Amino acid sequence: MRQALPVSEASLPQLGLTLPRMVALALLALVYLVAIPLYFAQSNYILGVITNASILSFISLGVWVTFAIGRINISQGAFALIGGYTAAILGTRYDVSFWLCLPLAGVVAAAIGTVIGAAILRLRGVYFAMITLSLTEAVRLAFLNGGAFTQGASGIVNIPRPDALSVFGVTIIPAFQGANPMPFYYLAAAVLILGLLAVWRLTTSRLGWVFRSMRQNEELAASIGINVARYRVIAYGFSCAFGGMGGAFIAAFHQNIYPASYSVTDSVYFMLYCFLGGLDFVFGPVVGAFLLVISFELLHDLQQYQALIYGVLMISCILWLPNGILSLSRRRAGPAEENEEPAVAPAAEKMERTP
Amino acid sequence: MEQIIVNGVVLAANYALIALGLTLIFGILSFLNFAHGQMYMIGGFVVYYVYAIFGMNYFLALLACAMTLFVIGVLFETLFFRRVLRIATREENSMLLAVGTALLLENLALFFFGEKQRGVPPVVTGVYQIFGAYLPAGRLLVLALSALLVVGLLLFVQYTRPGRAMRAVAQDKEVTRLMGVNVDRISAMGFGIGAALAGLAGGLLVTISAINSGIGTAISIKAFIMIMIGGAGVVAGAILGGIVLGFAEAFGYAFMPGSMTYLLIFVGMILFLILRPQGIMGKPWG
Repeated sequence: MRQALPVSEASLPQLGLTLPRMVALALLALVYLVAIPLYFAQSNYILGVITNASILSFISLGVWVTFAIGRINISQGAFALIGGYTAAILGTRYDVSFWLCLPLAGVVAAAIGTVIGAAILRLRGVYFAMITLSLTEAVRLAFLNGGAFTQGASGIVNIPRPDALSVFGVTIIPAFQGANPMPFYYLAAAVLILGLLAVWRLTTSRLGWVFRSMRQNEELAASIGINVARYRVIAYGFSCAFGGMGGAFIAAFHQNIYPASYSVTDSVYFMLYCFLGGLDFVFGPVVGAFLLVISFELLHDLQQYQALIYGVLMISCILWLPNGILSLSRRRAGPAEENEEPAVAPAAEKMERTP
Repeated sequence: MEQIIVNGVVLAANYALIALGLTLIFGILSFLNFAHGQMYMIGGFVVYYVYAIFGMNYFLALLACAMTLFVIGVLFETLFFRRVLRIATREENSMLLAVGTALLLENLALFFFGEKQRGVPPVVTGVYQIFGAYLPAGRLLVLALSALLVVGLLLFVQYTRPGRAMRAVAQDKEVTRLMGVNVDRISAMGFGIGAALAGLAGGLLVTISAINSGIGTAISIKAFIMIMIGGAGVVAGAILGGIVLGFAEAFGYAFMPGSMTYLLIFVGMILFLILRPQGIMGKPWG
């Protein structure tokens, strides 16, 4: 049903920085960076949950970028695994500093993603979804069969905690010690915020417009001179880098990595986070991941019903909020963009009214 | 060698059944049923309860399993997918709903059936010998019933009125509606039959290999491999995919560990899809 349409307003990420929005962002940052760490300073458990949510948001941000070019990417678990193993092997066998492992994990994941992506990005729609899903499983099996290099099913354990980061003898970040979760909390926050800024910058740049044009119609984009094959590999490589760095962080955070650390279910979750938050919003994956991770922990008291309620919540969300949680803000903004209608119709109407 | 071929034939027939169900749903509703493996799992559990626990006839258990899954399929289509396919602004939505239903089914199964591995006592006993290969009667039964169901489905789709209507919906929904076909009913029926096929495959294979609540994703992945190799939405492609995967698995398991076999199958499939993205029988982006 996707036809050649001008980029409609509905498909644009919400970028306008109005005053209320800036105030809201500042408040959010204050809660995230000051209030939560202060209030929960004694609770390692809660800080751990939020650290987890932050880094899962970061990994999902990568998936969001592939959604931006109109591909359903279920391979992010594979690249989290690749990144995690890169950091684990470099850290345990070659004594490479964590601060070098983290970007290197991203580079390795992006390089592998670029090579694989160049081949599989020719597929579209459900075919791409299916092959990326298979890729997650294939990478898991590859690490399982990796012999002495990956240590098979027993995985790599005792990954050292991040050491001190010093430049020219000046210590910028002290070594992470003991069970104190605070350094990891702030590191995850920093990684997430930098990731958000990067993706936000990307969507507002020319590249962002190229991606959106490819999502709407790849042939049309190619016909106006966009090198579609190159840009889709760029988007996928970008996404894989996020997966790799997130995986490296989690490997250092948990101090272990196994082939079973990321399965197809995880890849699917990364995709669901984006979707539940809203695919049209850069903040979508963050909202989705925080909401799902935290609600999963809140449901913890219900023990056996936990997973069940989770599943029901997810289906209800898709049934009644098909454009994600953040689309609520848009619905409030104007009844013209009523959710029941395909977003194309009002946009097309608007086109006619304003020449 | 003969043994491997015999094993391959049994696997291929059963896998073809799984792939046929998935490709039927994909053809008619044009979205990927992520819950297919979970439906297979539920089918296995229905047979386990009716046949092994309540001690009823195996064929009665298969019938119960087909009915249960048919009802689940129809309910899913009418309650969930119809609405989402109508209001969705992006094509991803229906697929994500399918992922949601897969999670729901898996958690329901975990809740009601527990996480234990379940098997059933053999339906028929005895072993036949063909060309020096051993074929247990149980496997022969699975092979015969799978082949029967595949042929039955092909005849149904080819020669009956609802079958024709399904093919028409798969080709062009709007025109089919104009011809006076109740598209909603046919879609629900298609989903129901696809689900029933998945359930029957589970109900058949549970007599050979045990099942548990978490088996769904692995089965779904196998089903995806088959329809990718064969071509999504094409009936002949699903059968071909089933044959390719069944034999690849039988040969692989004979010579190396299971996880290595699947790694090679994945690598082979990705290389194959680079050369032919639409699969053996598929139309390019049809």
